[in-house]
Amino acid sequence: MKKLLLATALVGFGGVALAQDVVRLGTEGAYPPYNFINDAGEVDGFERKFGDELCKRAALTCEWTTNEWDSIIPNLQSGNYDVIIAGMSITDEREEIVDFTQAYIPPASSAYLALSADADLMSGAVAAQTSTIQAAFVAENGMQVVEYATPEETVAAVKNGEAVAVLADKDYLKPIAAESNGELVLLAKEESIGGGVGMAFRDSDDAVREKFDAAITSMKEDGTLNAMILEYFGPEAKTW
Amino acid sequence: MFAACADPKSIEGLTWAFCYLTSGKHLDFYWSFLTVLMLLAITAPAALALGFMGATAARSQALPARILGKTYIAMVRGIPDIIFFLFFVIALDQGIEYLKHLAVCPSGAPWPWQGLEFRVCKEAKVPLGSSSAFWHNAYGFALAVVTFAIVFGAFAANVMFGAMQAVPKAQLETAEAYGMSNAQVFRRILVPQMWVYALPGLSNLWMILIKATPLLFLLGVEDIVYYARELGGSKTNSYAYPHRDWRLIYFIGLMIFYLTMTKLSEGVLGRLSARLSQGQATAAGEAMRRAGA
Repeated sequence: MKKLLLATALVGFGGVALAQDVVRLGTEGAYPPYNFINDAGEVDGFERKFGDELCKRAALTCEWTTNEWDSIIPNLQSGNYDVIIAGMSITDEREEIVDFTQAYIPPASSAYLALSADADLMSGAVAAQTSTIQAAFVAENGMQVVEYATPEETVAAVKNGEAVAVLADKDYLKPIAAESNGELVLLAKEESIGGGVGMAFRDSDDAVREKFDAAITSMKEDGTLNAMILEYFGPEAKTW
Repeated sequence: MFAACADPKSIEGLTWAFCYLTSGKHLDFYWSFLTVLMLLAITAPAALALGFMGATAARSQALPARILGKTYIAMVRGIPDIIFFLFFVIALDQGIEYLKHLAVCPSGAPWPWQGLEFRVCKEAKVPLGSSSAFWHNAYGFALAVVTFAIVFGAFAANVMFGAMQAVPKAQLETAEAYGMSNAQVFRRILVPQMWVYALPGLSNLWMILIKATPLLFLLGVEDIVYYARELGGSKTNSYAYPHRDWRLIYFIGLMIFYLTMTKLSEGVLGRLSARLSQGQATAAGEAMRRAGA
């Protein structure tokens, strides 16, 4: 009986905490299968499921909101939302202005998508999304980079010949190549860039970041995170 | 939402098209047309009011009012719209939160501008972090309306300033000779006659305002351009309704919407112009008098 009472009291306290702590999760909503707006108009994808599970484990009430990729860090800093969970790779450059959790997706390879398997990357521009690790990589490696605001536009640029190839996360490009009926192919060449995908917080938000960090650790330990990665990114995806 | 649409991957043809066009995201798209119309419906009168005040201030006899009016017109007209939209909305948002910070944050709270971050205490957030997505959207929309009204108000002020100067001086002098006070001349003679001179400029502004509504997208309000781009982009099998790149079709739809809006406005403005010209000492008014006689 005492235990029951205690449990009820705990649930009650948990409920109070739930009502107070609303954490706003910011994502891009244009990068399937990481995150996208589904046909019902809601945020969906790997990060939706993952984020909801984290919030449950950390006993936080979370709300989803979307923001353009190019202004996703400035809007975090001006407080429009509290977390970036948008397939963002951990880099030293970003680490200087925001704080990351541990990575929740292991460093994945980036791939080139082109019209033919023998496309010459030096023969023209290579498309990449603005402010991504891929855009920086293309520029640093002597290729000509052409940047677009959304992932969708980078692929369109290859289709209409503005760019010879697009460099992006392989997990994003793979379904596009598979469903293009042979129009688009992945090049054999792959790049390994970035230090894994993590959630970004304002420097001053250590308390919330630690809660999420602990939840990620618990998901890694009981294997739910691996199961989720396999569900969304296919059986070949790297797991923990 | 319909029973037949429960499994989108198994249907095709007309049913597919029907289900696709009634998906939740498409309904949001249709609502966003209302957002645009609402923006026009609120912004136009607000800009007109601001413009009227600006014009009145700019030709006032009191020096401070004149300086204020002229500065407003010159400043806003001189800054490119896009820069104004990017800068002003952030400044307004942070300004509001700063004022609230002064009022409600516990004393000793740190100065909100910390390096790159803008941070006020939880109670000073507008809207509160705990309020529903609806209020966040409504707040974003309100910021957009205020910004639009200020930008277009400045242009309207300039148009109306010119229109007030264009009213024949003889009319005002005659009114004064009848013993009317300054305020009476303004109210009874100047304002009623000014509209006919202002209308061509104002109708231009209205057209530009219609065409400027896609700037909403820049402010993070999910308007028709946002949805057209989002819905039209090619969709992989992660989505319920995979399809190729259909952006062109969606943008043609938007073009038709905007052309219809301008066509309708032209009709209304034409009638308004005819009505205002009646009995005026302008070429249009004179032509109407002759046709009637």
